[in-house]
Amino acid sequence: MAMNTQGRPTRMAENVATGGYGDTVSGSRGLEQAEPLIFERGGVENTGVDFPAPKGSKTRLGGLERTAPIGLPGLSEPETMRHYVRLSRKNYAIDLGLYPLGSCTMKHNPRLNEKVARMPGFADVHPLQPASTVQGAYEVMDVLAHWLLKLTGMPAVALSPKAGAHGEFCGMMAIRARLDADGETGRRRVLVPESAHGTNPATAVQCGFTVDEIPADAGGRVDMAALKAKLGDDVAGIMLTNPNTCGLFERDIREIADLIHGCGGYFYCDGANFNAIVGRVRPGDLGVDAMHINLHKTFSTPHGGGGPGAGPTVLSEALAPFAPLPLLMIDRDNPKGMAIMHMAEHESELDGKDLHPFGRMAAFHGQMGMFTRALTYMMSHGSDGLKQVADDAVLNANYILAGLKGVMTQAFEGHCMHEALFDDRFLKGTGVTTLDFAKAMIDEGYHPMTMYFPLVVHGAMLIEPTETESKGGLDRFIEVMESLALAAKAGETARFQAAPVHAPLKRLDETRAARQPVLRWTPAADAAE
Amino acid sequence: MRYLPHIDSDRKAMLEAIGVASIDDLFTDVPEAARLKGLVDLPLKQGELAVERAMSAMASKNISAGSVPFFVGAGAYRHHIPATVDHLIQRSEFLTAYTPYQPEISQGTLQTLFEFQTQVALLTGMDVANASMYDGSTACAEAVMMAARVTKRDKAVMAGTVHPHYVEASKTLAKYSDVEIAVTQPSVGGLDELIAAIDETTACVVVQTPDIFGQLHDLRAISEIAHAKGALVIAVFTETVSLGLVEAPGDMGADIAVGEGQSIGVGLNFGGPYVGLFACKNERNFIRQMPGRLAGETVDADGRRGYVLTLSTREQHIRREKATSNICTNAGLCSLAFTIHMTLLGEAGLRTLARLNHETACELADRLGSIEGVEVLNSSFFNEFTLRLPKPAAEVVDELARIGVLGGVPASRLYPGQFEDLLLVTATETNTESDMIVFEKALRGVL
Repeated sequence: MAMNTQGRPTRMAENVATGGYGDTVSGSRGLEQAEPLIFERGGVENTGVDFPAPKGSKTRLGGLERTAPIGLPGLSEPETMRHYVRLSRKNYAIDLGLYPLGSCTMKHNPRLNEKVARMPGFADVHPLQPASTVQGAYEVMDVLAHWLLKLTGMPAVALSPKAGAHGEFCGMMAIRARLDADGETGRRRVLVPESAHGTNPATAVQCGFTVDEIPADAGGRVDMAALKAKLGDDVAGIMLTNPNTCGLFERDIREIADLIHGCGGYFYCDGANFNAIVGRVRPGDLGVDAMHINLHKTFSTPHGGGGPGAGPTVLSEALAPFAPLPLLMIDRDNPKGMAIMHMAEHESELDGKDLHPFGRMAAFHGQMGMFTRALTYMMSHGSDGLKQVADDAVLNANYILAGLKGVMTQAFEGHCMHEALFDDRFLKGTGVTTLDFAKAMIDEGYHPMTMYFPLVVHGAMLIEPTETESKGGLDRFIEVMESLALAAKAGETARFQAAPVHAPLKRLDETRAARQPVLRWTPAADAAE
Repeated sequence: MRYLPHIDSDRKAMLEAIGVASIDDLFTDVPEAARLKGLVDLPLKQGELAVERAMSAMASKNISAGSVPFFVGAGAYRHHIPATVDHLIQRSEFLTAYTPYQPEISQGTLQTLFEFQTQVALLTGMDVANASMYDGSTACAEAVMMAARVTKRDKAVMAGTVHPHYVEASKTLAKYSDVEIAVTQPSVGGLDELIAAIDETTACVVVQTPDIFGQLHDLRAISEIAHAKGALVIAVFTETVSLGLVEAPGDMGADIAVGEGQSIGVGLNFGGPYVGLFACKNERNFIRQMPGRLAGETVDADGRRGYVLTLSTREQHIRREKATSNICTNAGLCSLAFTIHMTLLGEAGLRTLARLNHETACELADRLGSIEGVEVLNSSFFNEFTLRLPKPAAEVVDELARIGVLGGVPASRLYPGQFEDLLLVTATETNTESDMIVFEKALRGVL
């Protein structure tokens, strides 16, 4: 820190303590504005809204009126605007640059989707309005379901799951319900490849199953001999991602499905990577019994800094009767000659229909705001455009693979699907880790790829460019990655270990965050206690 | 296709660089029998204008809340959202960012999550809050499972007056676990039956206030009894605005508070996406047993304050089958909307908003209660109350809809075969006096 030799006022230590820079008086640097927490800015009397004055009439709160202060600060509208605009500028975003997070499918989010989702007929409609007033909302669900079923070649879809992991829960609950209905109470073991997303084993356990891991073979796919050895009459099913998390299509997938079905189990497919095959391959033709579809990946609804997502789950004939409530009921055969829809919200409304829902997954009936966005996206692309999505996603990933496999080490031989997987062999002896390499990408203006996942590869780097990147953009990315790889090999280790130096912050102390958790702001007086 | 940058000459050059003759050569791992020969049988691509027209046609078949006198609640509430909120959440840097796994370039999201967690903790009177859940119902279900882990007991008792969807979602999550959920008989009234159901084997007691009928509950007595028996108290709320006027769950002895945050910053959206709030006391091993993401404060290599996702050893990507929950996301953008709206309100604004809601509801209750044969059942309420009608509420709601009034939720829609004469009615700051006059007149007309 610079010495204050000229008697100028300095708040440098204070600036650093609240996240600012220590070498300017303001804590800001040019366009990078220092910004403390709202709790350090606003007071409980400040506000950015105007209301009519309450009348002060008698309350009917049963003596439960709040007396103690809450301590919530407010800010005027201009201050609020500035606070959050400043914070926004400390984020990387797909609208800013390539976001090659493998398995996350960071593609362009079309703004027409946002416009449609905000139409009052969708955004300002209550989930418990009478059916006669929401026929258009039901129509969106019906049309979305139609597109999802056509694209997957499956007979049924549950729309209510609120995210990918929630969709996994839906599919595995349907499998559990089906097994129980068939008296198969001994089937409690679920096979999960080592390369699976962590949600898979967590979900299986949540449905009362035990998890049995299957190793990958030398080519990055399911080890068929190991799989066969694990089969038995206690197997409930398999949870398999396809294309898998190594970015490879499971060539033996139909044989895997036959083996699982042959031993009496069900095939759950994690649909996180559906973007690679949409419009080209239908999971229904692969023997899948259940698969969730991340609308926030394949169908472009924005990731929003970590949600909200949506995970509609397609189901086979065997599992469809166990789909969760509520169920959209469509009467297409009525005197008016038009579809009249309503939502069956309770099991008691299903008498005589041979439907046995495993329960309700959440309040109301799913992420409507994601349905409108995803359907808008699908209609924009059409069946021809969606096939082109898969083609270009796979083309882009292979282009990166071809451009980088000479300087980085490809984890598994051959072409990839929508994402290219590298390991850290090319960094051996350089002192540079996968983490260092990722942080150096930040200095070059890129968001890093997925690191250290899948677990089956040492120091994994999983790169998924998606179809919405241009050739010119990919060429620049390849050039940068190549030059970073060469720099690492040339011994520029210190540069990698210090990275990032051109980001809003340098590396953060994650150990300290976990060992001495500070999970909320507390007033200075309290904090000192 | 407007979202795809390549032109054919790009594709050709790229295929050459890869060393294949055609795109099909990159799909040879797909079993021959599963390769689609032609296009999927769906419409072809369309321009923005055509798609917008088609979607707009569907939107126009719905009656939007803002176009009619509107009094529907029961877990989702219509409030005014300042224009600033929607503008800010559409900033590309918030809208199109992923989960903040690289903290050096995600401080925007991380700091707002830290602010969100603090706001939720303050509102609920709790020590900590997580970075949000899918919605209130799933937050409730996760709270039940957490209580079982903390107490190492497996019996949960839920009040029958907790939103039935929340009860059902909790039962679904617990279905194949060791946790058993008992539910007391629902009624517009007190908590005696619930208190009687607590014993030495109870992991948690779950009570909603304001409850599904709008009735408010003092949680102090039940908390005292539950704690004496070693059980945790989970307080549920579906209307966050109520916390601006009513005592906080944490101040009444609750150990965990969960609820729906949609009222602040998030529109009705026909049921989702919403934002689940999850807060708890910092006791025993509570924090290590919490589900969901947590943002925490730390410093960078230069000692500057910053934020990271932390305590991830609870989570599925590290712990896999031993995780506290399979949850992978939060309700990111909705939690941001909540935080921005709450910042605009501040304590002063929230208190005024809450009071306006309550006063409007009081006025509406007086109007509707004055109709012959109509009775307000609540002895207390915030902005939602229950009416007993002289005819089935489901019929009344349909008849009101036909004349352009969305008059509430029949209780039988949530409790099939029960409470057929009960109507749940909500009033918020968005209801004008003329809305109320129209509603009263319409209700008189259909009864």
